[in-house]
Amino acid sequence: MTNHWVDLKNTDCALIIGSNAAENHPISFKWLTQAREKRGAKIINVDPRFTRTSARADIYAPLRSGTDIAFIGGMMNYILQNKRYHEEYVRWYTNATFIVKDTYGFDDGIFSGYDPEKRKYDGAKWAFEMNEDGTYMKDMTMEDPRCVLQIMKKHYERYDIELVCRITGTPKNKYMEVIEAYAATGAPDKVGTIMYAMGTTQHTVGTENVRSYAILQLLLGNIGRAGGGVNALRGESNVQGSTDWALLYHILPGYLNTPEAKKHPDYATYNAVETPKTGYWVNKPKFLSSLLKCYWMEDDPAKSYDYLPKRIDGKNYAHIAMFEDMYKGIIKGMIIWGSNPIVGGPNANKEQKALANLEWLVAIDLWQTETSEFWSYKALERPTDKDEYDIKPPEEIKTDVYFLPACGSYEKEGSVSNSGRWMQFRWKAADPVGESKADLEIVHKLALKIKELYAGSSRVEDEPITRLTWEYGHGDHPDIDIIAREINGFTVVDGKPGPQVANFTKLMDDGTTACGNWIYSGVYPADTGNPDVDYLARRRINTDDQVDPNYPPIGSYSQWSWCWPVNRRIIYNRCSSTPEGVPWDPNRASIWWAGEEWKGNDIPDFGKTTDPNGPGGRNAFIMRPELVGCMYSKCNEGPLPEHYEPWESPIKNLLNNQDLNPAVTVFEPDKQGTTDKYPIIGTTYRVSEHWQSGIMTRTQPWLAELMPNCFVEMSEELAKDRDIKNGSEVIISTTRGDIKALACVTKRFKPFLIDGNYVHQVGVLWHFGFNGYAPGEPANRLTPHVGDANTTIPEYKAWLCDVRRA
Amino acid sequence: MARMTNLYDVSKCTACRGCQVACKDWNQLPAVIEPFTGNYQTHESTNGDTYTIVKFMEGEDPVDGIYWNFLKYQCMHCSDPACMSVCPQGAYSKTSWGATFHDPDKCIGCQYCTYACPFEIPKYRKREDKITKCTLCVDRVEEGLTPACARTCPTGALTFGNRDELLQVAEERVKFLRANGFPRATIYGKLELGGLNKLYVLTDTPDKFELPIDPKVPGQITFWQDWIQPYFGWLIPVALAGSAFSFVTTRILANKNGDHTEGGHE
Ligand code: SF4
Ligand code: SF4
Ligand code: SF4
Repeated sequence: MTNHWVDLKNTDCALIIGSNAAENHPISFKWLTQAREKRGAKIINVDPRFTRTSARADIYAPLRSGTDIAFIGGMMNYILQNKRYHEEYVRWYTNATFIVKDTYGFDDGIFSGYDPEKRKYDGAKWAFEMNEDGTYMKDMTMEDPRCVLQIMKKHYERYDIELVCRITGTPKNKYMEVIEAYAATGAPDKVGTIMYAMGTTQHTVGTENVRSYAILQLLLGNIGRAGGGVNALRGESNVQGSTDWALLYHILPGYLNTPEAKKHPDYATYNAVETPKTGYWVNKPKFLSSLLKCYWMEDDPAKSYDYLPKRIDGKNYAHIAMFEDMYKGIIKGMIIWGSNPIVGGPNANKEQKALANLEWLVAIDLWQTETSEFWSYKALERPTDKDEYDIKPPEEIKTDVYFLPACGSYEKEGSVSNSGRWMQFRWKAADPVGESKADLEIVHKLALKIKELYAGSSRVEDEPITRLTWEYGHGDHPDIDIIAREINGFTVVDGKPGPQVANFTKLMDDGTTACGNWIYSGVYPADTGNPDVDYLARRRINTDDQVDPNYPPIGSYSQWSWCWPVNRRIIYNRCSSTPEGVPWDPNRASIWWAGEEWKGNDIPDFGKTTDPNGPGGRNAFIMRPELVGCMYSKCNEGPLPEHYEPWESPIKNLLNNQDLNPAVTVFEPDKQGTTDKYPIIGTTYRVSEHWQSGIMTRTQPWLAELMPNCFVEMSEELAKDRDIKNGSEVIISTTRGDIKALACVTKRFKPFLIDGNYVHQVGVLWHFGFNGYAPGEPANRLTPHVGDANTTIPEYKAWLCDVRRA
Repeated sequence: MARMTNLYDVSKCTACRGCQVACKDWNQLPAVIEPFTGNYQTHESTNGDTYTIVKFMEGEDPVDGIYWNFLKYQCMHCSDPACMSVCPQGAYSKTSWGATFHDPDKCIGCQYCTYACPFEIPKYRKREDKITKCTLCVDRVEEGLTPACARTCPTGALTFGNRDELLQVAEERVKFLRANGFPRATIYGKLELGGLNKLYVLTDTPDKFELPIDPKVPGQITFWQDWIQPYFGWLIPVALAGSAFSFVTTRILANKNGDHTEGGHE
């Protein structure tokens, strides 16, 4: 989230799209409810089906899965044509004024620079014009036909209301209601928030879906302001933390790119290639140097850089790609930690088969998962004869499987980082059950054992391990205080930890500082010896301070836990004030110019003493090389979001002749379902009562009681057509597999009127597997191995299927 | 102690059912897992091991379109409870602050209260031959805590406090809702049956939440209270012997649920 949970209370209008916030993030409604009660805020929900969120929304508008860009594009068109955008904000804080080079072009769904063979773009074609002094060429009137605002106007003029509704299936009157209500937040003193989740991201256009929200928010002046922002509601209590800590293959902790072998052969080249010329990332070498120092404290970063594993240039290592490799037998062993891919992974049949190609598998979880028991007879059962991936019976599976029981979050201490980037320490409440161990203890012992096995080796290729610094105390469990101090960073004295640094502004690129993750630097700045005082993630002071009687507090609660970066609760908050530094709305003032310096109810995301009327005084996005918010930017599929259909779609693209996102990799062309056999749109989702792949909830009787079976929601019209009764068993079928589920026939799903024809959509819960008190079949046996063009996040949310009585 | 009550504001409830689980947790009630029947609702009604449920009611209004109403359902803690009036053993009592308390030690499992209650709340727990229902968390409230369900509610839909104060809050909420898209919003429990010790803010008329618009104690109950109960002392041995009396009274009092005496759900 650019903002945070509490801040939702400050909004005038919440657009919940691609998220079922009421069900999957119940706490969000505590704050939205307050916004409604205290400010008369409106809640809008856009979703293929009427959910518990819709039930609590003021406006509900249906849209067909996979059409967000059309939906948002139409809103942008309306806002641009009718000048409903926040003009001053757009002029100063976005790149609307930037002039684009004439090599930019767009024709029938394809931007300039496309190579159809490689399905790749040359993004250099979309560059900005530069002045001779190296600054960006701008037109502050935003009238130049090649300025970003005009290019956007032209790009989105095709997204007229009629056409958008033909694509999305949204009734026109509902669409207009949404547009009117949300466009109203373009007024300077109004603020709207967009709340999204996996309904947005799990598409072949996932990244561009999010970008379309970000652009809309910039147009309406809603970023960096209390009650605004683009707010990713993270699906797990610590998924923000795990992303910050490099859960994904392409980043190191703190969002530094992982090195590629040819592109970044050595330390100097990495820094040269990766460090931009402007914006705060000019400090990147300091962050990398400090990170390397933390891994290999006795070595010079220029040397220890070589110890980092390097990716094969351009190779995809995301979940789908990894399982494709496993399926081909390239990957031999796997440690799977708190993950259950044969329930949660896309194309679960294929992933189950891939597991059987492993020589060994170590599964670490609270309970035996379906994945740790992928070799069992239970895992073999299927409702029909369909077996696209030749799943093997137990006697033919040779994989050695080890299971390590992990303890639950209440049985260990440590921190989690919530959606709002708040890092909160949690104390241990109970001792672990049986032999289960904290994750940290498992990784600690594993690391020590590996070091022991390599001890004494003088081989140079073993140096990454032999020279690795691993000093976390003497117990079986590593000392969390030492880890927290390392995360914050310190000065290295004689190859050993010295005094703590105050925050990342004190990090150096010469190997004199170490820091585990620069964005978290500042969480443990002091050295009094009392962790309750020094470790700021442990704070629980529940006051909302006010620094100026004219500006009421905005719910920052700055002494409750700690948030990255530098305890700044709303990022880009320079935008909360006018170019001159006066809050757009004094009742929701975040920071303001107090004559000599910036003051505020939050930590300024800006130079503390940078005069708003002086040089750089309006460069509100200090992290960007452009120093402004980028409506026009660079993604793998283009500089502006354009609507493409899902990989499996019931219709041709009505906006251009490219059906699929031109930059997407297709892994299994032969598995693309078509409407003759699979005329119904399928999607997957969660419910309040279960958690992810269900391992922590299907094992709890009280939660199994709440949602005892896997069900598929469908309209009364479809049920009538297929002669399906509410509560009866049905088979859902795709090119990948079949599953059985119970029918939930409901008025809350309606057929979509798409380009003159009715199209049905169904939704299946994906929480189920063969274990637990509430067993069911994994919905992901249906979903495809295809993903987003930038992140390869799987397209769980829109595919084609058929449904029949069991 | 002043009258204390739970206020439940449906306009804030997201049907997360945290309350339902919190109730099971506090009262250590076993799960009663019943297969999914096509509605999110776990059980048709409360049962011997489930003191509260969230009901899900969907429908379509010609003007307003689809609605999906949620209602947390449990004992209403009536001011003048029918369950208490009919109980031959005096197992029911009212606490000074308004909870209708059922004492399992006194309960003989005769189930007359199940017929008398206008909300069909008391439920038979077969394995113990006792009646059970929501206690309004008497054991928490009297220790200065709020009921487990209210303590858990993430959205603020459930609050606990002084009835007079909460009644004011409810009046304000109804005013707000009527002005903000819910013209039929209303309070439930203020006047019904002389005032319930459980207040609801509803976004629509009570029937849209499967609540009786004008709840009444069944006529036979009055008859029972005035004519039969006084003589119950000497009738009891006869009743327990499964005599003609028991046969007659169950016939008189039987309501629509044929399997009522089975207790169900175990
Ligand atoms: S806990 Fe609160 S929001 Fe959740 S179902 Fe119960 S009353 Fe509704
Ligand atoms: S709702 Fe029924 S059980 Fe509860 S107090 Fe009233 S009559 Fe008794
Ligand atoms: S008041 Fe107590 S017993 Fe009654 S529903 Fe709430 S938690 Fe259950």
